Amino acid sequence: YIHIINKADMAASKGLKILVGCKRVIDYAVKVRVKPDRSGVVTEGVKHSMNPFDEIAVEEAVRMKEKKLAGEAVAISVGPPQSQETLRTALAMGIDRAIHVEIPLAQLEKLQPIHVSKLLAKVCESEKPDLVILGKQAIDDDCNQTGQMLAALLDWPQATFASKIEPSQDSKQLRVTREVDGGMETIDVSVPAVVTSDLRLNEPRYATLPNIMKAKKKPLAKMSPDQLGVDLQPRQEVISVEDPPVRKAGAKVESVEDLVGKLREKGLVK
Amino acid sequence: FTQNEVAPHMQKWDAEHIFPVEMFTKTAALGFGAIYCKEEHGGSGLSRLDASLIFEAIATGCVTSSAYLSIHNMCAWMIDSTGTEEQRAKWLPQLAPMSRLASYCLTEPGSGSDAAALKTTAKSDGNYYVLNGSKAFISGAGATDLYLVMCRTGADGPKGISCVMVEKDTPGLSFGKIERKLGWNAQPTREVVFENCRVPKSNRLGPEGSGFGLAMRGLNGGRVNIASCSLGAAHASLLAAREYMTVRKQFGKQLAEFQALQFQLAEMAAQLVSSRLLVRQAAQSLDSGDPGAPAVCALAKLHATEQCFDVCNRALQLFGGYGYLLDFPVQQYLRDSRVNCILEGTNQVMRMLVARDIIGRLGDA
Repeated sequence: YIHIINKADMAASKGLKILVGCKRVIDYAVKVRVKPDRSGVVTEGVKHSMNPFDEIAVEEAVRMKEKKLAGEAVAISVGPPQSQETLRTALAMGIDRAIHVEIPLAQLEKLQPIHVSKLLAKVCESEKPDLVILGKQAIDDDCNQTGQMLAALLDWPQATFASKIEPSQDSKQLRVTREVDGGMETIDVSVPAVVTSDLRLNEPRYATLPNIMKAKKKPLAKMSPDQLGVDLQPRQEVISVEDPPVRKAGAKVESVEDLVGKLREKGLVK
Repeated sequence: FTQNEVAPHMQKWDAEHIFPVEMFTKTAALGFGAIYCKEEHGGSGLSRLDASLIFEAIATGCVTSSAYLSIHNMCAWMIDSTGTEEQRAKWLPQLAPMSRLASYCLTEPGSGSDAAALKTTAKSDGNYYVLNGSKAFISGAGATDLYLVMCRTGADGPKGISCVMVEKDTPGLSFGKIERKLGWNAQPTREVVFENCRVPKSNRLGPEGSGFGLAMRGLNGGRVNIASCSLGAAHASLLAAREYMTVRKQFGKQLAEFQALQFQLAEMAAQLVSSRLLVRQAAQSLDSGDPGAPAVCALAKLHATEQCFDVCNRALQLFGGYGYLLDFPVQQYLRDSRVNCILEGTNQVMRMLVARDIIGRLGDA
């Protein structure tokens, strides 16, 4: 399912239409606690906010609008009713309108990237964005899958772990610099494409009071997974969630020989 | 914003007596420069309750900066609510982004609580007033650009007072030395001196004789705001004490395991939360135009500033010896919040206002 832009020069066109994904997650500063029944973590009454990588994605979309590379920026969130607050934050940062795919509470805990990417793919069919920017991973599950799966489902190119997005030299594609294990990789991708944001892509702005007030009036549409025809049957079953083991005391050694001896003992060094 | 842009600098601004103008500009960019002014000329059009939340939050990062922000907001509101179209159009677009800063000048060396006895005169001379006299303890003096001066245009007493705006470089306007204070060091406090200072009559806010009423109306909001700053100080101190108590151990136990100290935290929470509710109630009474609002504002200021100072004091005690060191933040919250019991109307004046309101209601249902 390919949507090709008939534009000779991206810079001269009306600008890209961008779809940005935002996930509502437990705030990064919270001390997360495991539920007593070990089925998951405590989320009730706990402070939630927009996934930090998604904030970076939103900021990038708004900057692209300001640079006139993008024309319209739409935010989307798949989550519970409270995800609307997350979308309002995106609107307050400068996004034009928002879409909320509401997930009933019963299915929320079992929601997986495969479901989210299918929902996003369906929305892309109707919204027809030129660029989808997602956070590289969510800080609650650290999956780092949704962007990649979405690209595969749509058969679009993907540029993950982006630390810079700019028009390519001939302005017909996007040039994305990626942070990879070996260093930085720069690739050109044709649109439509999926890009996932990494930490150094930008520093998100504070939402200003006037923009927060304006955001209340921006359009926010609601959808359901049924409407989109996506089945949310879990493919995985979480068996248990546990705290990491308590750090045990280490041992002090007197000399380098002692250290090497101990390492040999533990079979860590031959 | 407070966590990233304010709190990390709180100590430095206090130690080096820095008035953080750059930070204020950033604050204003977020819409905090004219919070409860109308949107027409750049205000944020929000309520007194919203403002209270904002000042409380910023005060957790620096009480002094939040307090100055609230004074600036009070001045902007005075112009927004009472100014002519021309005055509003001239000043609000500069005050809202905090590209120009304002100060409020009521107190004089000879008149603090007895504010209506002020002696700074404004004699009429054609299209000008000629100001003579001096104001004391003016926050921001010397560093700010616009001075809202309550001065005598008429007879003795409150009805002879008008509010006149004086711009910084007006000839005849000068400043005394920067006062050395116990706290609020991130803000210059000085005498403001008028010597045959000529100010155009078009700078007068409201009709002649309305200045005292305007000043008092400004103070109602100002009291809610300064009480909100106290809330922020107490909140931050309580959290700091809580954290310290889980880290510090004596007699083989965390401080947090000693009941006497747990009771301290509980009492501090009661003081803080009750103060917060009262302050927000006062803010709401202003928002709803309740005629009894001034008394509620006085009551909130009285209660919150005293209770929150006590919370900071208790928090300092919980830190033990470390609490006394300048490296630890509670001493700054304590020093900075102490003056809240004194300015914007001493807590003794607050008692006068509240008592007068209570007795005056004798015969009400």
